[in-house]
Amino acid sequence: MSDNLTLPTQQGSTDTPSPEPLLKVEGLTKHFPIHGGFPIKRKVGAVQAVDGVDLTVGVGESVGLVGESGCGKSTTGRLITRLLEPTAGRITYSGQDITHASRRRLAPVRSEIQMIFQDPYSSLNPRQTVGTIIKSPMEINGIEPTGGRETRVRELLELVGLSPEHYNRFPHEFSGGQRQRIGVARALALQPKLIVADEPVSALDVSIQAQVVNLLQKVQRELGIAFLFIAHDLAVVRHFSQRVAVMYLGKIVEVGDRESIYNGPRHPYTHALLSAVPEVEIEGETPARERIRLYGDVPSPINPPSGCRFRTRCWKAQDKCATEEPPLVQLSGNRPGHLTACHFPEDPTTERRDEDVILDPALRALESDAEGGPAGKK
Amino acid sequence: MPEPMPPEPLLSGGGRVPEDGAIAATGMGGAMDLATAEGETLERAPAGPDGTGPTDRPRSLWSDAWRDLRRNPVFILSGLVILFLVFVSLWPSVIASGSPLKCDLAKAQEGSQQGAPFGYDGQGCNVYTRTVYGARTSVTVGVLATLGVALFGSVLGGLAGFFGGVWDSVLSRITDIFFAIPVVLGGLVLLSVVTSNTVWPVIGFMVLLGWPQISRIARGSVITAKQNDYVQAARALGASNSRMLLRHIAPNAVAPVIVVATIALGTYIALEATLSYLGVGLKPPTVSWGIDISAASPYIRNAPHALLWPSGALALTVLAFIMLGDAVRDALDPKLR
Repeated sequence: MSDNLTLPTQQGSTDTPSPEPLLKVEGLTKHFPIHGGFPIKRKVGAVQAVDGVDLTVGVGESVGLVGESGCGKSTTGRLITRLLEPTAGRITYSGQDITHASRRRLAPVRSEIQMIFQDPYSSLNPRQTVGTIIKSPMEINGIEPTGGRETRVRELLELVGLSPEHYNRFPHEFSGGQRQRIGVARALALQPKLIVADEPVSALDVSIQAQVVNLLQKVQRELGIAFLFIAHDLAVVRHFSQRVAVMYLGKIVEVGDRESIYNGPRHPYTHALLSAVPEVEIEGETPARERIRLYGDVPSPINPPSGCRFRTRCWKAQDKCATEEPPLVQLSGNRPGHLTACHFPEDPTTERRDEDVILDPALRALESDAEGGPAGKK
Repeated sequence: MPEPMPPEPLLSGGGRVPEDGAIAATGMGGAMDLATAEGETLERAPAGPDGTGPTDRPRSLWSDAWRDLRRNPVFILSGLVILFLVFVSLWPSVIASGSPLKCDLAKAQEGSQQGAPFGYDGQGCNVYTRTVYGARTSVTVGVLATLGVALFGSVLGGLAGFFGGVWDSVLSRITDIFFAIPVVLGGLVLLSVVTSNTVWPVIGFMVLLGWPQISRIARGSVITAKQNDYVQAARALGASNSRMLLRHIAPNAVAPVIVVATIALGTYIALEATLSYLGVGLKPPTVSWGIDISAASPYIRNAPHALLWPSGALALTVLAFIMLGDAVRDALDPKLR
């Protein structure tokens, strides 16, 4: 199998972490202006989609970016691939500042940062054949691989688990999972060093999700490509990523290696997210996990809460949270690299608490009724 | 053929049941390597609706649309009528002998007879010959006006939709202004000062008032196409604006323009007749259905045939083009698939 892979394993994979990260993002900010007024439209506000994100991705490393819908994950991904123009901050790719680079200056970097899109139905041009779609990255960047582009496309198709005979087919002849494989093949065509995967599996059927995630993992391991894996499915991220960053309302609230985040989270929001993951529990064998039920919606990014942005939904919020924004720092007792932005962090465990955190007053009344009733136990 | 890799114990949901039966049913599964890296079976691309199964032949949406059209009786009917019209406008002498300008006042308002199946009009001209020759003007005006409108409107609207910003705002306000001009009134005012006897002023007028319609359609469909991820993907690959426009946006945005233009073709033919009827369109000695209808209308009690035949031909032509546009829309609209 591996002798069919012509993509060379790139230098400096996971076993030799280089001191210089492949991608470094500092204070990345994107505000979408809101225009209004009559008769002359002017800026009346801004959607603060991403507000001061710091993130690094090492060579060959896979970083997961998780958070609720609308927290700015996808915007962050699109800022890094420079599909959107950052409002502020710095994006450094292998020591090169690409924050506001022009198309011409960006050209060499474009081929090294690729993107996999969420929707496999809208990410492939319905008027082009699979061959044309996968070939176009090479055409745009003027790359003529040995043996010709068509041979290379057929190799890529095989690499992602499709038949080379699909070369002349059109995207509408494929299922969602197959389309996403075509998207992966297109992203791999230029032998990138970093792939920003924007929820690559969330539009797919659960049974197909596993196939695509495994394909991405194979690609990541065998070709040493770094991934920024954007997802809202914590199980998938846990499976795929070595490091995980948790986003809430345009900010990173907690970041750390996989073990620290999943087993010893400190930020209340991370606790809440993890407690929402459905998991099979066998009574007596698996330790019971904590239950946290948040109440209400994510506040509007047009007018985010002062101080800590999570305070409006946090059960530990105090006055300090409203006035002072917690910095993203390493808390005492945390492993190096595990940073948390919280004034009143939780204990680093996900085990069951004495009392469930239920923030919805109606739900709390319901639950206490049930527990007080004849059927209630504990 | 590569060996399937040993299954990796990864995500729990990975185990899918290989659909061997379904593959065999497509008739060519056995020859193909369907094993994926995970040792699983990929689902086959669905076979074509005609049951021929997947082949290596490219099947574009255009060829799908063409297959739909060929089976649509509305398309066949309107297509035959239009083919006949085109044939008649190219070689009118094949089915009509004599000149449409040769009139004999002695035969004025006479009915159907040998050599003149549609009778004679008020000037003693052969109605059949004039109706046949009138097709050329109508088809020429309709086709040229549509081409001009489609070209002008889609380029302006497409660029406005793609680049947005000030250029888009200015263009949108200009189209608003043009929409406010009543077509017939505008024609009466603008064309009454033209003295030329050719079809060009009429075509020019139609392009002038028609482009905003196509421009809006093109702008809208370009904006829709522009937001698709495959355009973003092309941008992420470093594609130039012209490449994105020509390779990705234009092929996906052109269908609504074609549909609207086809339907508009019929209305342009009707508009030419309207303007000619009002005396500001084409002028004699040009042979046009509008002129004939105008000339025959005072004698509708004495010689209704002189009015009915050119009117019937006009109605049939307009109907054929509108039906063609409908059929094309049904075939190209991906939402109906």
